[in-house]
Amino acid sequence: MSDHANIRPLGGRLLTKPVIFFSFFALLCVIVIFKRLILGLEDVTNLNGGYPWGIWIGFDLLVGTGFACGGWALAWLVYVFNKGEYHPLVRPALLASLFGYALGGLSIMMDMGRWWNLPYFYIPGYFNANSVLFETAACMTVYILVLVMEFAPAMLERFGLKIPLRVLNKFLFAVIALGALLPTMHQSSMGSLFVSAGHKIHPLWQSWEFLPVFSLLGALIMGCSIVIFEGALVTAGLKQRVPDERPLMNRLTAFIQVLVGMFIILRLHAVNISHKWAYVFEGDIYSWLFIAELALIAWPVIFIKRIRKNGPLLFMAAVSLLVGAAMYRIDLSIVAYHPGDGYQYFPSIEEVLLSFGLVAIEIVAYILLIKLLPILPGAATTNRINEFNRAEQG
Amino acid sequence: MKRRDFIKLAGSSAVIATSGTAVEARQSHPASPDAIGMLYDSTLCVGCQACVVKCKEVNHMAPNPEGEAQWEMNSQLSPYALNVIRRYDSGDGSVKDREQDGFAYIKRQCMHCVDPNCVSVCPVSAMTKDPVTGIVSNDPDICTGCRYCMVACPYNVPKYEYHDPFGQIQKCELCNQPGVERISNGLLPGCVEVCPTGAIIFGKRDELLAEAKRRLAMNAGDTYNYPRETLTAGREHEKAIPEYFPKVYGEHEGGGTQVLVLAGLPHEKLGLPDLPDQSYGARSETIQHTLYQGMILPFAALMGLTYLTRKNMFQADDAAEDDKDNRQNSHQNKHQNKHQNDKGNGGHHE
Repeated sequence: MSDHANIRPLGGRLLTKPVIFFSFFALLCVIVIFKRLILGLEDVTNLNGGYPWGIWIGFDLLVGTGFACGGWALAWLVYVFNKGEYHPLVRPALLASLFGYALGGLSIMMDMGRWWNLPYFYIPGYFNANSVLFETAACMTVYILVLVMEFAPAMLERFGLKIPLRVLNKFLFAVIALGALLPTMHQSSMGSLFVSAGHKIHPLWQSWEFLPVFSLLGALIMGCSIVIFEGALVTAGLKQRVPDERPLMNRLTAFIQVLVGMFIILRLHAVNISHKWAYVFEGDIYSWLFIAELALIAWPVIFIKRIRKNGPLLFMAAVSLLVGAAMYRIDLSIVAYHPGDGYQYFPSIEEVLLSFGLVAIEIVAYILLIKLLPILPGAATTNRINEFNRAEQG
Repeated sequence: MKRRDFIKLAGSSAVIATSGTAVEARQSHPASPDAIGMLYDSTLCVGCQACVVKCKEVNHMAPNPEGEAQWEMNSQLSPYALNVIRRYDSGDGSVKDREQDGFAYIKRQCMHCVDPNCVSVCPVSAMTKDPVTGIVSNDPDICTGCRYCMVACPYNVPKYEYHDPFGQIQKCELCNQPGVERISNGLLPGCVEVCPTGAIIFGKRDELLAEAKRRLAMNAGDTYNYPRETLTAGREHEKAIPEYFPKVYGEHEGGGTQVLVLAGLPHEKLGLPDLPDQSYGARSETIQHTLYQGMILPFAALMGLTYLTRKNMFQADDAAEDDKDNRQNSHQNKHQNKHQNDKGNGGHHE
């Protein structure tokens, strides 16, 4: 853990323009939450008898926690595959993961019609181990606790609590191992969730036993890509106050290459063995969505050499990978979901506001916390130099 | 990763692979020998909607409280309508029970599946199937309103009361829910009691299945004494046997249903999907049990991961300790660290 020694809070002004901008949407989100709790789901959402799950599940839960896989992807790289050089990226990724999961959890709670009965998920004799949703919920809950514990050292360091820090460090390895395992379980389950929907899912997305595999690979692709994405944003936003991590990011693309390759090959294999090529070449919206999903994740791998030389291109590649993998999950859960009987669904403004608001909360909290807590690497040194320069000039 | 580690990881992977294949695919649940059910014969239905009205009366549901009070003709199932009669129309709609240029009626309600997806997927066991009667019912005191049952139901039957901040799932519970309990009290389901043509009859599932097969086996044009209410109520009426579509819907579909449907045209045309014999829930459970049976697989994986994490972490920690404790003596170590950082940081560090 030698690298954590370089990590210090960024410091600086808290109420910046981006913070104010995103706080506005965070406030709207809170208003929508209150409206939903007081008036019920019908006044806020376009959900209906055929579409019980909308974007609060398809985007907030499936994509939100997918984008929150950065901490998990890095845990595998650093602690399981022993790629210590990625260590400086761990804490910022953990913070983003913690937010992604906590807010994903909040979003499902808002989606639950009878949220006050939620404790039954955890009471033996009530919970149903046959249910994929039970596995997902229970596993996610434990993982949120794991993320809190993984992130706790940053808090403890900040407040100088050395004894709890030392105690935590004694068994942190077990927590990290659990943190490497749990998302493997619930992220694959997010695909398995839709096996029971059967024929309601378009044949190109209803891949039955392949669903957990696709969901797992998608989660890993999103996890690695979000690390590149966030790293680039932080570097751009805090010019010269944090080190340039591009060489690390470039090496991360090697892992993404393998994951994307497996995803595309298996996805086509699933189409092939169940003779669904006709759907791929149908020329309707679904065949185009299928092709677009694959194209969005394929080009960064095809042009990997050029991407590694070019910072902006690397950023675009990360965005494209995230969009492609997110599209797969949204298509599976919403676009390719057809209950029949003439039901239609398009998200309401308030549904979108809640989803966007949760992302806004994440961004605001992230910006504030990297300034207050020791999260970003190398900042302390450069920061002190900047302050010194400013003092000289003044 | 060193070779020794790799062997250990491969070892736990082997456990994972072998324990995974040990689980048998989850077979469809068989129907209870005392399972009750209903037989709906679309060719007998005249679309009078008496069953729809009676259903609302029995279940204390206002006719369409969200708009004008009206017949539920061709409307969807809703939290206010647990039973609807929908109409199929084709071309000029001149002949009953014909696919081309014809029309037909279909009664939509909970099919009370023999192996219900909704029960399989309910995370809190709020949706249950009575082990004797086979009635599928929902307990709102446990239900979390996650609506996974709605996602998993191949017939879109469970409906959630979105309009109510404390809404619940509503579905047909065969008139036997607490407070109604018509079956337990020896009464008929509301819809059966009022059906004038015997289009919907009540009885034990296996007897109704036999009756349905009897109807399919007879020659079109012959006359038959169609029973009303139940097979043995003695309230038959004579009618010519129509041209049936040769399938008892619900004998095998999705593991079988306790509400069986006969029709004069393909059931798919009436909105009843063509389902595989294994229920989707059983297929989903097979995946879950393969991965999580006895938690052996996750536990094996956790052991492997814990070993590697501990090893990789303490290796790094030892370096940190050295760095702190022997600041003077470990110039080399520190230097190396710094050098590494510079490399990783692309030179911005200084």
